[in-house]
Amino acid sequence: MDKVDTLAKNAPDQTGEKKKVIIKEHIIEIVSDAGEGAQKAGQSFGGISAKAGNGIWTVEIIPAEIQPPPRSKAGGSGNRIRVGSFYITNAGDEADLVVAFNEQSLLGRFESGNLKPDAIVLLEDKWRNHADPDIKKMYRDAIDDLKKTPLRIYEVPMEKECLKIVQNAQRGKNMWALGMLCSVYSRDLESARNEIRLTFAKKGEKVIKPNIDLLESGFQWAEENLDFKFEIPSAGITKPQIVINGNTAIALGVVASGMDVCAMYPITPATSASHFLSEIFENVGGVVHQAEDEIAAAAFAVGASYAGKCAVTITSGPGLALKTEVLGLASMAEIPLVLVDVQRGGPSTGLPTKVEQGDLLMSLFHTHGDAPKIVMAPATIEDCFYAPVTARKIAETFRMPVYILSDANLATGQQPFAKPEFKEEWVAPPFDQSPVPDGKQPYDWDEETGLSTRIIPGQPGGMHTVTGLAHSRQSKVAYEPWTNQEGMENRSKKLAAFQKTLQTPKVNGDDKGDILIVGWGSTKGVIEEAVNIARDQGYSVSSLHIKYLQPMASGIKEIMQRFKKVITVEINYSDSYKDKIFDENNRRYANLALLLRARYLVDVDCWSNVYGQPIKPHSILDLIKERSE
Amino acid sequence: MFGINQNCEIALPDTYYTLEDYQSNIPRWCPGCGDNSILTAVQRLCRDEQLAPEKTVFVSGIGCSSRLPHYMGTYGFHGLHGRALPIAEGVKIRRPDLNVFVNMGDGDCCSIGTAHWIHAVRYNMNMTVMLHDNEIYGLTKMQASPTSPQGLVTNTTPKGSYLKPIKPLSVTLGISNVSFVAQVAEWMPELMFEIIKKAYYHKGFSFIRIVQRCPHFTPHVFDDLMNPDSALLLQHEDGLSSSETMLKTYKEQEIHDPSNIDRARELADIDDVLPVGILYRNENIEVYDETRRRQRFVTHKMRKDALETQFDKFLIEPVSGGNGHA
Ligand SMILES: Cc1ncc(C[n+]2csc(CCOP(=O)(O)OP(=O)(O)O)c2C)c(N)n1
Ligand code: SF4
Ligand SMILES: [Mg+2]
Repeated sequence: MDKVDTLAKNAPDQTGEKKKVIIKEHIIEIVSDAGEGAQKAGQSFGGISAKAGNGIWTVEIIPAEIQPPPRSKAGGSGNRIRVGSFYITNAGDEADLVVAFNEQSLLGRFESGNLKPDAIVLLEDKWRNHADPDIKKMYRDAIDDLKKTPLRIYEVPMEKECLKIVQNAQRGKNMWALGMLCSVYSRDLESARNEIRLTFAKKGEKVIKPNIDLLESGFQWAEENLDFKFEIPSAGITKPQIVINGNTAIALGVVASGMDVCAMYPITPATSASHFLSEIFENVGGVVHQAEDEIAAAAFAVGASYAGKCAVTITSGPGLALKTEVLGLASMAEIPLVLVDVQRGGPSTGLPTKVEQGDLLMSLFHTHGDAPKIVMAPATIEDCFYAPVTARKIAETFRMPVYILSDANLATGQQPFAKPEFKEEWVAPPFDQSPVPDGKQPYDWDEETGLSTRIIPGQPGGMHTVTGLAHSRQSKVAYEPWTNQEGMENRSKKLAAFQKTLQTPKVNGDDKGDILIVGWGSTKGVIEEAVNIARDQGYSVSSLHIKYLQPMASGIKEIMQRFKKVITVEINYSDSYKDKIFDENNRRYANLALLLRARYLVDVDCWSNVYGQPIKPHSILDLIKERSE
Repeated sequence: MFGINQNCEIALPDTYYTLEDYQSNIPRWCPGCGDNSILTAVQRLCRDEQLAPEKTVFVSGIGCSSRLPHYMGTYGFHGLHGRALPIAEGVKIRRPDLNVFVNMGDGDCCSIGTAHWIHAVRYNMNMTVMLHDNEIYGLTKMQASPTSPQGLVTNTTPKGSYLKPIKPLSVTLGISNVSFVAQVAEWMPELMFEIIKKAYYHKGFSFIRIVQRCPHFTPHVFDDLMNPDSALLLQHEDGLSSSETMLKTYKEQEIHDPSNIDRARELADIDDVLPVGILYRNENIEVYDETRRRQRFVTHKMRKDALETQFDKFLIEPVSGGNGHA
């Protein structure tokens, strides 16, 4: 099984049959100019592989602009698909094989260190004899240079072959490339045809037919012309699964939670969740309201929550910044609200399409004054589905905003997980409209937990005015000094009461040792993969993943104290301890590290960066080795 | 209305709400503050129209005027500076069964909340919106407002305010989907009451600019306007038909058809007189809370089916091999 990359340069053996190399996993990239469909091809290949029983993780390669200049290094758009014979939790290290529609997109991936030194390259060759002498030269120069590296380059007449079937090769080359990949990875052609039928179902036979022709042509060409072939055996699937990305999962989770008002303002990389929701929400009595800005979106959601069931607002960092004041109001007036922040690179407009986990401290502390809220972070695509269901429940029970911190990595990453079985208890019960008993107050704070039951407009006898001003149990404006103190205490008690329901997260690996890597959010898969490899190599290292960031479960301090070194691994900015200007007095820590240090008085170190890319397992492995010395 | 005519043969509702039912805390506005008369007018409206207090919500922003919900015996939402409208929209989309009223100051509506105001007109949701325009920031102690007359001495403009004021009516009348625009001054209680009532019964977003005195900070800004001859009473069989006394008091009158938006815009632009009455009304504009009307009863089965349909699109059937990773 482990004969990874053992194929000889010229694989066909004496019999003329291609040798099929069995491998455990491969990382495949497909890149093109924006609009050439590499993303669709990649997603389809991921889908076909998942349906064949492979573990997969796909992630989009996205340029920042909608129409970046063609044939540019930074403008490459596409997909990375990690396929394996086991459950896959992250995008992995460098790619083994890349399909590129032009040499500049290829160079972009090569120079940013995303390819293995000896990766297989399947490159569109139409540029070799391009009419424009500059382009021709660019291509030839690039290939000459690349041929000096160990890359194994195959120039492929994609355009030429496509033109035999369609008039415009630009629309369709992606399906031809998909066919080629299906041959290379010994995929069942019929399941690929089905994937195409599914993708273009809405467009009808007129579109399906030529795409299937292209698929078959690409497949046939590869069968006849490529001298290598792989097979990645199925990992096996015992129960039905679904394969979706994190934003789709969040949208479906919103439907499953019974929430029925979503107010939003478009922002990358969060918007696709609202797109998907807009398609399906009305069928279940839901409304997606595109507000005039994020402040309005948050206020709209708060108004809707106030008058009935909890509502949701979906955004990314810059939007969260604008929603700040409204979230303080929701916390103060104890109005439930679910907020989804699909984090992107910040500050300011930052890296709009790239991954970052930079909004954690903001989520906890952005409102002025003390405004308790609950912050949770899904770690997998499956978590993204269940997060809105859980968050809705918590928000209503504890009458406070619940933040779900996803990120660009989860947003576009696809991973299969067990098909959810809908449960009635996920859905919010109809809101209370019964008369309010005499003497019941809008904030009947329970002495122990700070909890109280909401009174909702429509309930006779419950009339009161909610306010963001400091207020009493009757929701009357506080004029006495102790009223504000009492309100603050009770709102804080709710967090403590919720905290009592949390379970201590489980340690991955031994529960004591030399190094503990702590992470949160989308990095769980990659951290655990690296830690498990290191453990196999004999390192004393374990990892801990924190799902509830505010409040945090009990027992975390005790776990950290059992390790000699505790290091957080995060995708956000921190000062490097290696740079001389930074010392104990001025070094700024990564988000989670700062939080852990402050809360637990444990000397937590951190390792983080803001390249805007998912962390690769080997960089964590390098970190473990370095810190183990 | 109800309960007045003892000979009436209609079965009367069990509950009759009195004015006290709509009163709550004692208002803390300055003596003579125009907000008091606005409060009286809406309480009377609620009583006369017998709006169930539990089915009525007053939403406001932040400012002196925005304290109004605290003084009502209904539900209320005292929100954030500038954000009353989006909050009210959320309430309405969720609960079309509630009577939604909005009270805002001129800073609230025409400065910090301008974007929401523009878009609220466009959404045209069913709600009655009162702009308490005292042409000053009251709560924060006398700063220039976007509606302050040019030259007004305030704490931020000690040499007189620099800019020409924004015209709330002209702005509102320039936005697509505008469906109800009226103007009145709070010192005309009878007229104000009639206008708020028309606004309440209008289907859509009814916007009333209420010129409101702030005796504490700007006792004299409205001196000229308070002369009855400065008012231009808009009359029409489809608009307001005023009482004899009104007609006697406000001698400047114009027959204005509220469906005439061109004349409405001209009236909104006039500086030296105060047109009072209904400037514009159009009941045939789509109402966002109806356009987006939600299916009310979604059974668990419907929800489950909707989810299953989606899951099927992304389904992977069991496959043998390996040791399974479901
Ligand atoms: C975000 C924010 N900025 C500023 C304020 C301070 N503030 C409160 S009310 C107000 C203006 C009040 O003027 P107006 O809206 O005309 O209401 P009035 O008091 O005159 O009725 C300001 C600036 C605030 N509460 N919130
Ligand atoms: S300051 Fe002006 S607006 Fe505010 S309560 Fe006093 S009189 Fe009314
Ligand atoms: Mg004002």
